[in-house]
Amino acid sequence: MSVAGITETVQYLTFKLAEEIFAFDVAKVREILELTSITKVPQTPDFMRGVINLRGSVVPVIDLRLNFGMQCTEQTVNTCIIVVEVNLNREILVLGVLADSVQEVVEMEPDHIEPPPQLGAKLNTEFIKGMGKVENTFVMILDIDKVFSSEELSDFQGNTAA
Amino acid sequence: MIEEHISTYREEAGELLAELETSLLDLEETPADQDLINRVFRAMHTIKGSGAMFGFDDIAAFTHEVETVFDLVRNGKMVVTKDLLDLTLKSRDHISALLDASAGCGEADQQKGDVLIAGLRRLVPQPAATGGPADKTHELLADTNQPEETQQKTWRIRFQPNRELLLCGSNPVSLINELRSLGSCLVTAHFDAVPLLDALVGEHCYLYWDIILTTVRDEAAIKDVFIFVEDDCQLSIEMIDDLSQDDPTGYKKLGEILVERGDLSPDVLSKVLEQQKPLGEMLVDQGAVTPEKVLSALCEQQHVKGIRQERAAPDSTASIRVPAERLDQLVNLVGEMVTVQARLTQVSNTLGDATFISIAEEVERLTNELRDTALNIRMLPIGSTFSKFKRMVRDLSQELGKEIEMETFGADTEIDKTVIEKLNDPLVHIIRNSIDHGVEKPADRIAAGKPATGAIRLGAEHAGDSVLITIRDDGAGINRDAIRHKAIALGMISPGADLTDQEIYSYIFAPGFSMAAEITNISGRGVGMDVVKRGIEGLRGSIVVDSELGKGTVITLKIPLTLAIIESLLVKIGESHFVLPLGAVEECIELSREDIRAAHGRNLAKVRGHLTPYICLRDQFGIYGARPDIEQIVIVSVQGGRIGFVVDFVVGEHQTVIKPLGVLYQDVKGISGATILGDGSVALIISPGDLARMAETAELAQL
Repeated sequence: MSVAGITETVQYLTFKLAEEIFAFDVAKVREILELTSITKVPQTPDFMRGVINLRGSVVPVIDLRLNFGMQCTEQTVNTCIIVVEVNLNREILVLGVLADSVQEVVEMEPDHIEPPPQLGAKLNTEFIKGMGKVENTFVMILDIDKVFSSEELSDFQGNTAA
Repeated sequence: MIEEHISTYREEAGELLAELETSLLDLEETPADQDLINRVFRAMHTIKGSGAMFGFDDIAAFTHEVETVFDLVRNGKMVVTKDLLDLTLKSRDHISALLDASAGCGEADQQKGDVLIAGLRRLVPQPAATGGPADKTHELLADTNQPEETQQKTWRIRFQPNRELLLCGSNPVSLINELRSLGSCLVTAHFDAVPLLDALVGEHCYLYWDIILTTVRDEAAIKDVFIFVEDDCQLSIEMIDDLSQDDPTGYKKLGEILVERGDLSPDVLSKVLEQQKPLGEMLVDQGAVTPEKVLSALCEQQHVKGIRQERAAPDSTASIRVPAERLDQLVNLVGEMVTVQARLTQVSNTLGDATFISIAEEVERLTNELRDTALNIRMLPIGSTFSKFKRMVRDLSQELGKEIEMETFGADTEIDKTVIEKLNDPLVHIIRNSIDHGVEKPADRIAAGKPATGAIRLGAEHAGDSVLITIRDDGAGINRDAIRHKAIALGMISPGADLTDQEIYSYIFAPGFSMAAEITNISGRGVGMDVVKRGIEGLRGSIVVDSELGKGTVITLKIPLTLAIIESLLVKIGESHFVLPLGAVEECIELSREDIRAAHGRNLAKVRGHLTPYICLRDQFGIYGARPDIEQIVIVSVQGGRIGFVVDFVVGEHQTVIKPLGVLYQDVKGISGATILGDGSVALIISPGDLARMAETAELAQL
């Protein structure tokens, strides 16, 4: 049982959001930062937390917890920003993602990844590429390009343009 | 390698075509200007020559035909007519199309080229004498194919005739006169061989000459002058200056020249140099050379110096080609540097160490200089944009049956490259508008007592850290009442509103607002001026419209010199920092609780007797927290009006390096970018124009 589109053994970066474990393809991850001060841009949705200064560049930061309908949890010493590269309309966008804590880099065989369940995930399965298994815990592998697919963003852009 | 050359050729040809267009349009105004004719000819000649070299044969062949006609003009065999200019301009477009076609974009119409050539050939006057037109063209071909020698060289000639020269019937004076006809010439005669009167033989020639000649001719041509006296004289011809030595200050020293000529030995020179007197004087005193020789050498020195300086003057625009992205990268790095420097200054002030502070100040001074220099490199004269509009005015006015002359001034005003690129669209719309709605038809103009030919003046000038671009026409002007009625009809203003002229004019920039009764293919869709406004605001600029009915309209654009780094005012609301472009800020005043109470809930403050509306940024941006007892209002001029922005605290001036917010935030209203502060945090740049408009629409919606 494998997922179409996952044919090679790939390394994944796992991280926690509200006690659930998620994973990004490491090829998409640029770096991991400690939480710094985030400047909120007025009149934008809550999940868009604002912008940070990444060595002279202004990089937007989003909070996936709010995106997935989870509670906005307290920030701790473990909170970090995972800087990822997203393909958005054929352009590469550098983006920060808030994570409660970063776990580890794991290798997962395509055989160990199952397609996302149709029911019961409590999440929009569109974002989930597959469910991996690491030491008896399920890891939700996120399709990062889809998370920031035009739907979500164009919704937001439509709102402000109106 | 060859690829590189080809792309360079394309680039250069593009520039030459632009120059060609400018020259042609100028030529239309002054058809007899030989300088312009030469410039046109040269541009075409270069396009043709390098085109043939890099295998652009079709371009070379076509350009050759056009060049042939201009050669006739250049030689005074033909006069510049409107037909000729029309055809030449179209030919220019055709060359441009050929160039694009060769790059793989678009296809050139071969037929069109043939029609143009046929048209040009028809213009060539038929010679009255024998020999058909075919002969004539043939002759021209031969003529233009001759290589052009334009390289000036300077020669030193020493002409020392034998005593008996005069006896052979040769006259040295006529030889020297012949040399003079070759180019610019300085002649020094030497008398030192002349004997005392009793020993003097009347028929002998005791004199000899040093001649410094600057000419485009080669050595053979100079030798030809002396061809009949070659055996009766000592002649030396040496090249002392050519184009390869282009340093205007690097001319030879007097001593060097004398040594080079063999008039002085190097040993004597170095010995004499040890003494501190003017060299020439010393040499004469020592008896090493005669005064005439010194004089002659001095002449040469002066001459070469003059020639080189003259040559250096037109070459002062000598430049190197640098890819634009490298410059952008440089400016980006300087931007980072400015940010780091701000941090350094902040840290040094916190630590309070005197040595450290002085280093920080030094770095600050250097960074500021570096910033100015880096930004300066990216500055380009706006003139290239202007000439494009000249062409547009010419074509459009013909199409509309109007007579319009376009004048430009301040074409050498320099603006940042990126700003120039973004200025193009707004200017196109404004000028189209002036042509279509502004300037009337000739008949109407005469009826109104104005000259039949309308005028559009486009100009640029510096004003502080901004550039003012004015577009002035002497057309019908803007009908204030008509705009007012239209705005009322569209529900943009209430019928009783008391508006200033400026406020009324600002409606012409509203989207979908068009005064044109009918939509032409030039304007009238109500899109144009909206584009102008967005474009200019995108550049952090402002627009002022002034008009007098029946007299004309003046539109003034105020554009910042650069987009990369601006002076701004840093303000604080709650824990967040914001910056406002300093150029728009007029003053800062305090707003106390009493003032708010006195205004009865209206957002109006009394500033020196005038009521000024204000926007509370804390409310607008939804920032939580308590308002301080005394707030501050930053008063900003927006679209000719004044509006206040209430902030908690004004921090002070700030050098703002503008960072884009990226696609995610591209549609956020009221924020135009971000910047990084000294402590590394991010502050947002407020766009006052956007915020004012948002507040306006919000208020209208409530009514």
